[in-house]
Amino acid sequence: MYIVVVGGGKVGYYLAKSLLEEENEVLVIEKDARRCSLLTDELVGASILQGDGCEVVYMAEAGMGRADVVIAVTGDDEDNLAVCQVAKHKFSVPRTIARINNPKNEHIFRKLGIDVTVSSTELILSQIEQVLPAQSLFHLLTLRNVGVSFVELEISPTSPALGRPIRELGIPDDSVLPLVIRQGTETIIPFGDTVLEAGDQVIAVTAEASEGALRRILCGDETCSDQVVVREY
Amino acid sequence: MKAVILGCGRTGANLARMLVADGHQVTIIDKERAAFTRLGPDFAGTVVIGIGIDEDVLRRAGIEGAEAFVAVTNGDNTNSMAAQIARDIFGVRRVVCRIYDPLRAEIYHKLGLQVICPTLWGATWIKEVLES
Repeated sequence: MYIVVVGGGKVGYYLAKSLLEEENEVLVIEKDARRCSLLTDELVGASILQGDGCEVVYMAEAGMGRADVVIAVTGDDEDNLAVCQVAKHKFSVPRTIARINNPKNEHIFRKLGIDVTVSSTELILSQIEQVLPAQSLFHLLTLRNVGVSFVELEISPTSPALGRPIRELGIPDDSVLPLVIRQGTETIIPFGDTVLEAGDQVIAVTAEASEGALRRILCGDETCSDQVVVREY
Repeated sequence: MKAVILGCGRTGANLARMLVADGHQVTIIDKERAAFTRLGPDFAGTVVIGIGIDEDVLRRAGIEGAEAFVAVTNGDNTNSMAAQIARDIFGVRRVVCRIYDPLRAEIYHKLGLQVICPTLWGATWIKEVLES
């Protein structure tokens, strides 16, 4: 694939390096001349273009018209948005990816037609969330267009779901439990007569609207709902 | 009319004063407090300090009830992003944005924004003066 990366800072540099290792054709556009000479030395096999990646002339010089993917990773959200919009509407690039610095901008970018957004702040938050105790429900994956989430719950010793078969728990019709991991090693594909134990990791696929009900049934609380961070792929 | 102006440079400050003089209710946003000195000591509108592509700042400036939004910071991309937020997130009816780069101005014009490109206007006028 031909991939144009706009922004040659740390994110752009390591991204370009990984993309090169996967045998893509990579071009990096970077404003700063000194940064460009460093990129030219370090990124063997990539093309480096010095210029403002938001400017149509540099985009044309970069061969944006034949790019399969454009990834905008500057530190400014407004620049990343402009890069992706110009790439999409002027050069008909099929896939545009933007780094978002302010997580609040995610829905704006989505509404304005950017295909994929990556928020480092949110990614870090979701990682922190996974190592913090006392969280009863983690989002693993959200399919936003169809309103479905993959979530992981840990059954606590005080869970109201203990000691009864799953079929008697009143799991909502739009939620299923495809997998239980017991004691961190044993995998169980649960059926109606499976009984959950304390410490079980339950993977659930659920309509977003039923998350609260599922949490009540399996964890007995809704207290963590405001701490949940949605991680998207 | 209730108007929100983003960017208190020469254009923004003059526009704000002109609109206030015509009896309109104006709020002007800039990230630098010092920029507001351009409005003069007798400015009868409201000023808000903040980043104009931040929804919370725009809300604080009263964008939710505004009939007009004007983006005239010195950053083309800030202007086009703020204008799209005003139009698509807050549903402001009259949105005007300044874009210096003629090529980007054309793209955003095609995307349906009301774009003012002073570069192209200036060049065209100068050419007319020279050739007249």
